[in-house]
Formats: sequence, structure tokens, C-alpha cells
Amino acid sequence: MAHPSQLGFQDAASPVMEELLHFHDHALMIVFLISTLVLYIIVTMVVTKLTDKLILDSQEIEIIWTLLPAMILILIALPSLRILYLMDEINDPHLTIKAMGHQWYWSYEYTDYEDLGFDSYMIPTQDLTPGQFRLLEADHRMVIPVESPIRVLISADDVLHSWAVPCLGIKMDAVPGRLNQTAFITSRPGVFYGQCSEICGANHSFMPIVVEAVPLEHFENWSSMMLEDT
Amino acid sequence: MSGKFEEKIKKYRTAPFDARFPNTNQTRNCYQNYLDYHRCNKVLSAKKQKTTPCEWYRRVYKSLCPIAWVQKWDDQRQSGTFAGRI
Repeated sequence: MAHPSQLGFQDAASPVMEELLHFHDHALMIVFLISTLVLYIIVTMVVTKLTDKLILDSQEIEIIWTLLPAMILILIALPSLRILYLMDEINDPHLTIKAMGHQWYWSYEYTDYEDLGFDSYMIPTQDLTPGQFRLLEADHRMVIPVESPIRVLISADDVLHSWAVPCLGIKMDAVPGRLNQTAFITSRPGVFYGQCSEICGANHSFMPIVVEAVPLEHFENWSSMMLEDT
Repeated sequence: MSGKFEEKIKKYRTAPFDARFPNTNQTRNCYQNYLDYHRCNKVLSAKKQKTTPCEWYRRVYKSLCPIAWVQKWDDQRQSGTFAGRI
């Protein structure tokens, strides 16, 4: 989840997010190196006392400062395309969950076997217990088995919403009348938070998403318990 | 033949990848399986045959389609206002 004064991404909870994180570090390092070099050159040019009014052109340096940027761009493009295609892989999900956006809560449906559906409202600040996170906790979490490929189909009941969970590297728009598919696999058990990411009215900031990844037996117990309750 | 199909249904986990719908938008995947289930039912019942093969389409549309959409379509079929061709 997010931390105060955080600068970088949240810790990854899925392999795809890990790749995105590492790629971001790689691209940002290149950006920092180039920016530092350019700043150094600018400062040097400004303060130097050496001048030669007769330097007009130079083939060698022109070649260098054309080829070098081209190679750097290739160095950025190759990992980027690798991750793009990785995210587009055909996967074989073990479970399908539907996430429906409403004003202003999410509802989750697990209908592979029985018809399990429930709403997930934000816990208001005055009802939080010590240790819980303000504006992030929900009364019912979307529980999933850890290390299993999951397919999530996202839609909306009324207006546009967006289902986003940063540690899983997921953001998908919830469009009324449309069913958007995304898939992920959690590499570790834990609780992962996200927030609605498309303006949807007065309580847009108050409809969080909470995904809880647990071992398979716990997931089976939880789903039986939820079915009994509803 | 029916033994293999029953095995397949017993081992059903969730809707598998369908190459007809490879992209992010799975709306048509849900709708098509809903139509296919009811068409299959209608045709096999008219021929007075068992509707067991239709079970696959039912499981797939149940996995993919939001409950509210299925309820709305079922109500429309009851009242004769369903727009799809079954």
C-alpha cells in the first residue's frame, strides 16, 4: 500500500508489476544520466574562457551524437516491448471474478460454481478500528487464492469508474455495458489496496478496492462462509 | 463421447481462453455464450433430445456475465422483448 512521503512505486505483488518497476528504474536511470550530462555541458559552456570563432562543423561528433541517442532509445524500447508482450500473453485463469462499479461502491461476483455476490463499501473514518487505513479499508474484501491466475471482468452499473490496484500493476476502466478483462497472479499473500480511478461523482474518492490474497484452503473456507451468509 | 464431455464439465474451473475473443473487451464473449446456451436448449428440446451438451455454454456464460445482465436478459426473454435471436 502507499506510504507517507513515498517517492517510488508501491512494492510489487505480481510478476508483471515487478517487471514494470525494474523497467521504470532502468529508464529513469538513463534519464538521470542524460540530464546530468546535459546540465554539466551547459554549465561548462557558460563558464569556459576557451573560445574559437572558426569551429564550423565536425563529422565525427555529429556521427557520435546521432548514433549514441539511437542506441539509447533501442536500449529503452527493447525491454519496454518485452513487457508489453508479456502483459498480452494468453493466460489460463483458475478463477473468474466480476467487479462491478456503482455509485459509490464496488460489488464482486464469483459465479464459476455457485452464485456468490456481495458489495464492498468503504469503512467510514469514524468506524475505523486502530491500525486500519483511512479511506482505504472496505467492509468486504475481494478474497483470492494466492499464486493462482485470476481473471477479473470489470464493468459498471451507472457511470464510468476504474478498477485500479497499484501493487498488482492493474488499472482497467469500468464502462457501463462493456466487460473489460484483465488478469493477474499474486506472488505473495497479503492485502492490496487501490482506489477508484475515474471521476464518478461526489464520493469518487471514497470507494476503495481491497484485494486479499490467501492460501487456497482459506479461500475455500471464506467462500463457503460467504455463501452461507448471503 | 458423452463420457468425455461429462469429464470436461466435472473438471470445469472457469471459462477458458476463447480465440474468437482474444482482446480486452469480453462483452461479446458473455453475450454469445448466453445466446448459444438458449439456442442449444431450444433446438435440442424441439428434437426431444437431452440438453446435456448445452451445459458447457451455461457454465461459461455464468462465469463471464454479470448477474444483473443475466437477470435482465432472462426477464426480457420472459416478456418477449429480448432483442437477440434465439
